[in-house]
Amino acid sequence: MLDIKNLHANIDGKEILKGINLVVRPGEVHAIMGPNGSGKSTLSSVLAGNPAFTVTAGTVDFYGKDLLALSPEDRSHEGVFLSFQYPVEIPGVSMVNFMRAAINEKRKYFNEDPLSATEFLKLMREKRAIVELDNKLASRSVNEGFSGGEKKRNEIFQMAVLEPRLSILDETDSGLDIDALRIVAGGVNKLKTENNATIVITHYQRLLDYIKPDFVHVLYKGKIVKTGGPELALELEEKGYDWIKQEEDAR
Amino acid sequence: MKQYIDFYNSQRSTIEANSATILNKLRKEALDVVSSSQLPKIGGENYEITDLNSIFSPDYGINAKRIDMPVDAALAFRCDVPNMSTWLYFLFNDTFHAGKASGIQLPEGVIIDSLNKVANEQPKLVEKFYGKTATIKNPQVALNTLLAQDGIFIYIPDNTILERPIQLVNILNSQVPLMVNRRLLIAVGDNVQAKLLICDHTQNTSLNYLNNQVIEVSVGRNSTFDLYDLEESSNRTSRVSSLFASQDEGSNLLINSITLLNGITRNDFAIEVNGTNCETHLNGMAIANEQQHIDNHTFISHNTSRCTSNELFKYILDNEAKGAFTGRILVKQGADKIEAYQSNKNLIASDKAKMHTKPQLEIYNDDVKCSHGATIGQLDQNALFYMRTRGISEKEASMLLMQAFMNDIINSVRMDALSDRLKHLVEKRLSGELTLCGDCGAKCPKQ
Repeated sequence: MLDIKNLHANIDGKEILKGINLVVRPGEVHAIMGPNGSGKSTLSSVLAGNPAFTVTAGTVDFYGKDLLALSPEDRSHEGVFLSFQYPVEIPGVSMVNFMRAAINEKRKYFNEDPLSATEFLKLMREKRAIVELDNKLASRSVNEGFSGGEKKRNEIFQMAVLEPRLSILDETDSGLDIDALRIVAGGVNKLKTENNATIVITHYQRLLDYIKPDFVHVLYKGKIVKTGGPELALELEEKGYDWIKQEEDAR
Repeated sequence: MKQYIDFYNSQRSTIEANSATILNKLRKEALDVVSSSQLPKIGGENYEITDLNSIFSPDYGINAKRIDMPVDAALAFRCDVPNMSTWLYFLFNDTFHAGKASGIQLPEGVIIDSLNKVANEQPKLVEKFYGKTATIKNPQVALNTLLAQDGIFIYIPDNTILERPIQLVNILNSQVPLMVNRRLLIAVGDNVQAKLLICDHTQNTSLNYLNNQVIEVSVGRNSTFDLYDLEESSNRTSRVSSLFASQDEGSNLLINSITLLNGITRNDFAIEVNGTNCETHLNGMAIANEQQHIDNHTFISHNTSRCTSNELFKYILDNEAKGAFTGRILVKQGADKIEAYQSNKNLIASDKAKMHTKPQLEIYNDDVKCSHGATIGQLDQNALFYMRTRGISEKEASMLLMQAFMNDIINSVRMDALSDRLKHLVEKRLSGELTLCGDCGAKCPKQ
């Protein structure tokens, strides 16, 4: 479904991604780990289409489409979802209006009629249950005054509503206590099917106890330097990243 | 100004013959001011972006003879607010018309009528208020006083509660370029609760108009008065509006000035808080694009103790629009325990739009709480990107953010039906769908 070839990207003239290659197939869970500053969040931003980054080389194919040529909103419609490390607070825009706009724009993209008010509310209710999101939050402004855990649950709630084919979870575990982590990971697992795929970006192995990866990649200095199975994550947890840094820097 | 002096001198007998004595009485003083002063130059202290000379220099027609214009079609124009029934009145240019009888009588003693008519019938009553809160020092106010022949007089006696709002629909409509010198005289007694919604519109929009209006509001003791002033005119309309208000002890005045569609607008607000324990809320919203121009110049004078004022103005400027805000607050010596808060926030949506903002606080006292803040910025790029990743198009996301930006102004409206309506109008305006006839449910006359 996703085929990244030799991806290079800059921000403010500084090269962050220096040739990423990655293939993701339906049903797979990929974990991307790596030390701070290795380019993990940049990769997720570039895949979602953040205009702050410039792609200088490489291709990204998503179900036969040139993903890099699509606007962020069209990437979303095509089924790419990014769960933000730091979900943005939008004062004055209510969750309800935000979700209604998101759903109806997607339906418009596929030439479907907007959801009726009843259908919309029913959908919200169903999806909220997946991450135990409080109904009260629905009447508030997007993420405004949400706790860290509520923000992350809100991300997974949006993911549940939009039913993406590829979900990228950027440091979804950061700032979560153990209960919130279990709820968020539980939500992700409930949404897992053989037709969709997940890229989990994380600094720690902890999240991978809950969301089991099929592949673990280590990103360092803008490149994937190591790929393995779940056991690689455990090895990293035990030994840290220094041995990889040394191996790479020695080259 | 010379053209206006010449016009007055040649038309004096016509003007005076068609106006009440009370209105004529002030013309001599007005003529002295107009003759001895000049319109302020652009770039000066209080007129940094607004050029009154170019606003007043074109040759406009003035209907001194009070020729009746065909009004039927124009008065079919309604500015409906769903779920809100009002006592409805019109100023067609500066001529008063009552709307269709609403079925419910105004409470006893309330007068809402033609200023000129009441000035003829009850000169003593009108004389108590006419020209009393307005200072004639400003050339534009003097000019209005020199040429004013009619407008509206609203008199709400003591201990009156108006259960529904008064709505005044002002319409500019002419077959030649027209200057109108409207006069709105509003006298609110003690222990009154009332609301007034003013909607400014322009018809026959291919012509140039100049509306040089003066609004005088006096609010009595322990009264609560709301004034909503909504401009949806045309890009060939110039509006120079000078509002003067005075507040007696314990009164609560809310003014909300909304500019949704306009050409060149200069609004002056001067509020004299004369009594203790008053509350003053002065809010404004402006949305402008193309080459529209909006200049709000505000002055709140705290003359006595224990009063609160809140001031909030927000602008969204796109294309080559220009905006200005001046917020002058004066706390006089001896006026202690004043709380005065002011904020002006602006969104600039293009490289060429310009905003000028200027807080001016003059405080001659120790025991006060005052704050002011001004920001000029763009839409939050992080919020935009976040919304786009959820499939919301850039255009729609910008709209949602701009609407959200205006939320606190809309929420400050103390009439639910009107704030719902405003929400809708702002949405229409931002999506470019708001046109004169667009949404008012009105059948405008063919243009």
